[in-house]
Order: sequence, then structure tokens, then C-alpha cells
Amino acid sequence: MATIFKRTSVLTDVPFHYCPGCGHGIVHRMVAEVIDELGIREKTAGVAPVGCAVFAYNYFDVDMYEAAHGRAPAVATGYKRVHPENVCFTYQGDGDLASIGTAEIVHAAHRGEKITTIFINNAIYGMTGGQMAPTTLVGQKTTTSPLGRDKNHCGEPIRIAEMLATINGSAFIARTALNNTANLVKTKAAIKKAFEAQLAGKGFSLVEILSPCPTNWGKSPAEAMDWLADNMIPYYPLGIMKEV
Amino acid sequence: MALKLMKGCEAIAEAAIQAGCRYFFGYPITPQNDIPEYMSLRLPQVGGCFLQAESELAAINMVYGAAGAGARVMTSSSSPGISLKQEGISTCCAAELPCVIVNMMRGGPGLGNIQASQGDYFQATKGGGHGDYHTIVIAPSSIQETVNMMGKAFDLAEEYRIPVMILADGLIGQMMEPVDMPNNPNPTMHDKPWAATGYKPGGAKQRAIINSLYIETEDLDTLEERLQNRYAVIRGKEVMVETYNTEGAEYILCAYGTVARVCKAAVRLCAEQGVKVGLVRPITLWPFPTKEVHDAIAQDSVKAALTVEVSAGQMYEDVRLAVNGCKEVAFMGKAGSMIPAAEDIAERILKMRRA
Repeated sequence: MATIFKRTSVLTDVPFHYCPGCGHGIVHRMVAEVIDELGIREKTAGVAPVGCAVFAYNYFDVDMYEAAHGRAPAVATGYKRVHPENVCFTYQGDGDLASIGTAEIVHAAHRGEKITTIFINNAIYGMTGGQMAPTTLVGQKTTTSPLGRDKNHCGEPIRIAEMLATINGSAFIARTALNNTANLVKTKAAIKKAFEAQLAGKGFSLVEILSPCPTNWGKSPAEAMDWLADNMIPYYPLGIMKEV
Repeated sequence: MALKLMKGCEAIAEAAIQAGCRYFFGYPITPQNDIPEYMSLRLPQVGGCFLQAESELAAINMVYGAAGAGARVMTSSSSPGISLKQEGISTCCAAELPCVIVNMMRGGPGLGNIQASQGDYFQATKGGGHGDYHTIVIAPSSIQETVNMMGKAFDLAEEYRIPVMILADGLIGQMMEPVDMPNNPNPTMHDKPWAATGYKPGGAKQRAIINSLYIETEDLDTLEERLQNRYAVIRGKEVMVETYNTEGAEYILCAYGTVARVCKAAVRLCAEQGVKVGLVRPITLWPFPTKEVHDAIAQDSVKAALTVEVSAGQMYEDVRLAVNGCKEVAFMGKAGSMIPAAEDIAERILKMRRA
């Protein structure tokens, strides 16, 4: 029988710890497949964040770092400056990248650091139990915005992809979503382009991926996908924001 | 021996390069800016990389990335900047990463001032960041000694997979002294099979995981046991201390860094008055020379000891622990960059003698 699909060997055999309906597993597989397809696994290092993907070093079968909260782009910078011929990616959530790590991500982009960032935007803090993130939508209820996010109290959600696309050092910036098959295909294509931008030495690359968090949104996996499409995509438009 | 007049910060930077350091990540802060400035020019000349980070936090995390990648790497800062680096220092300790951190201490707390101080002793020797860890802390008292210690600092860092801090004060960084700079084109580099340099499945080298997270209680316990056992070895083997005129002395001074040089002058002033005073100068503040300090002060001839610091009394606590009540230990010093004069120290000893 012909094999038409198999698990990439760039993922280890360790079972994911993610909740049912979470997007991390999908994105992990895509990133690993891209590393496999580009033939770069032996020269790739990844940097895991603090957040739900904190154990990513157990799943990607490449050299891995675990960084302190928000510092992954700085850690990747240190690695990449020592091994400029190698490939380095960070994998970060919205608390890690868009809140505590804003200085690190902005300046990695600003330096045109030749690294690739996979940015999971699920509009909430996952691992700590559903607190408000900088990406939480106005009106969205979380454990620290129990009456819904009030923009007069704590502002409106931050659009990272648009912001980083304004920076000269950025070579490839895109936003995709995981809510249907067409968007999954686009997500993987964007991840590949982001790694290719790094390999070509063009500069910093990032893919922001709108991803469901059924557990902390209080929804079933199917409802979460619909909520993402109905609420997140209108505020966070999909597409390639920058490509040089 | 060709002596060259050099500013402390520049001499430290050049000595690091001679010791094989090829990566520097830092952020400007007075009074240590000459280190990154010097590195920005020199490191590219020797095939290395200098990068000015967006913050001290980013700088120490770049150090984490570079150390994890197997590089000989350092950063430098001054007190408020070192406070910002503590998250990364704790992380480097947990991930067992070798690196060298220079702290040109200035006055604190808060923004304090930009003059020399010794107010970061507690922070440097008792941890500084969160969790049960130590860094090796070396406190040189001259520019030449600082230069001589840079190679040792990198060697210790790599041998024990531990961050090493050079704890100097702003005076060391900003004054100029004649220096005999080592010329060492091929420093010994330690093997780092644990480093992230690329991984081939099925190959001889294991996949690198540079990590400070040990979520299972038993796993963190295993790490801590490994660290504490290593610290015990370091305590046994790596203490550095200078004793000066201590044998048969009537009074013992305890001081480190530039203050110890002032104390040496005080020892001579006292000798002119016919009073025999000795000096114990810890060169490693961690591991602290507990035995040497104890033995110097516990001598029958010694009436009392005096710890002198440019702080409100920090090393003073370790001296008293070392002496463990067997002799009186007094303290002289002020926080806030007021450097005591040799005459004042001598006068204090003579006053203790009259009492």
C-alpha cells in the first residue's frame, strides 16, 4: 500500500500535553514538516517560550532552548550570532511575545535578526489559566477581565503583525488562522516562506497564527473554531503584511 | 615585561579577548561604558561579535543563547543594570551555562550614584536572583589583578559550567594603571558536548536541550543536588585570598577590592605607630575564604578585627560567621561611595587599642 502521509521525524514520539482542540499541536507539526522539507533539521535550533508551549523542547527533535518569559528572541539572537550559518526559530504565545517580551521581539525585528518567529495568538493567557492578554478582544471575558475587556480601562488589543511589518528589519510578516482547511494550507505555506526568508539572509520573519483555546474560552473545540472565525479574524485581518 | 598604561575597563575587555572571549552582549551604563565601547571595536578584529542589546535583560539572555551555543561569552554592567540581569543569571545557573559577568559597582540602592561602591556584595554572593544557586564571585583590587583573573574566570566558568562574576568597583573601571597584558593567541577552550551546535539523529552527539525548567519535583531535586555538590567542590578547591602581615598581628583588617589597598596603607601607618596590624583580603567573595579569615583572626595575638567596606556592612556578616564569636569584629564603612582614607582606618585601629 502506498504511504500518502506520515508523521515527520522532526517531531519526537513524546505525546503532546495540549488540551483537546488546541492549535499548538497543529502548528508544531507544520513547523516540523517545514524543517523536514527544507532539509535543515541538522542545523536548526528552536527556542521555546514560557506559556502553553513551554515544553516544546520535548517535541521538536532538534537542538532546543527553553527561554525565560518573553526572552526567546534575545536567546535566539545569541545563538544565531554564534552560528550564523545555522537556522533558529522561536515559538511564542501572546503573553510571552506581545506583553512581557515586546522589547525583545521589536528589537529582534529592528536589527533584522535572521531568525523566524512562530507567534501563536489565542487572545488569552493559556498556561496560567485564562487571564487577559494584550491580544484579548474588547468585551472578551477572562479571569482578569471578568466583566469583559474594557478598552477605557486597559486599551484595545495589540496587532503585532501590523506593528512589526512597519519595521525595516522585517523581511516576512504574515498572519494566518487555523479555523479551516484553506487557512491551514496558507499557514503552512507562510511558515515555509518565513524560514526561507531566514535562509536567504533577508532579515527577521514572523508568522502570527490565530489559534483556538477552547479550555480558557469555555467552548467546545468546534465552537472555538467558529468563535475564532467570527470574532478574531475581523479584528486581526489575515494575509501577508510584508514580503521582501 | 612590557607595561602599558591602561584604563581599567579597557584592560578588562582586552584581557577577556586574550582569554578567548569572542562574544559580548551589553547595554550602556556608567561607570563601565568603556568595556562595551572597547569590545565594539576589538571583537570584530578578532572574528568575534559585539552586539549592543536593547536592555540589560536582553543582553543577559543573548549571553544565555550564545553560551548555550558553546561560545566564550561575557557581559558587563553596573549595579542597577546587574539587578536587571538577575533573571538571566538565575536562568544561566539553572541551565548550567558558563559565562562571565562584570559588575563595576556604583552606589545604590535605586539609581544611587555613579561613584565607586561595594553595595552589591549581598546580591553577588548570596544569589541575587531567585532560587538556590551561586555564582563564583571574584573581587580584584587592582587593574593588573583584574587582567590576570579574566582567563581564570572563563576557565572556572567552563570547568564548572557556572557563571562567574567579576565584582569590581567603579574605581577599578575608571582609573589607569600600568598593566602587563597577557598575549595568548591560543587559550585553552573546554569541550562542550552539551552545547547547541547542530544535531544529527543517530549521530555521536546528543540533542542539546538548554533549559532551566524542571517541572517534576524529583527532577528539580536532582538538579539542585548536582549544583550543591558542585558548589561543595568549588568551596574546597577554588578559594582565593591574600593575607598581608597577619602573622602575630594585634589587629586584623578585612577588606576586598580597592578598599583593601587603602587598608594596606593603613597597615603601614599603624606599623609606624608601633602597632602590628594585618590584612585578610578575600579575592573570591564566593566561595568565601572562611577558614583563612577565621585562622587570621583567631590567632592568640589578635585582640580584634575590623571589617572595612564601602557599604553599610555586608561582607561584615560573612567575616563574623567565619570568626563565629571567638573574637570581636568591628565594622567601619559607609554606604554611598564614601571611600575611607587610610589615616581614618589607622585612627580607628588606634582608637580600638586605646579603648
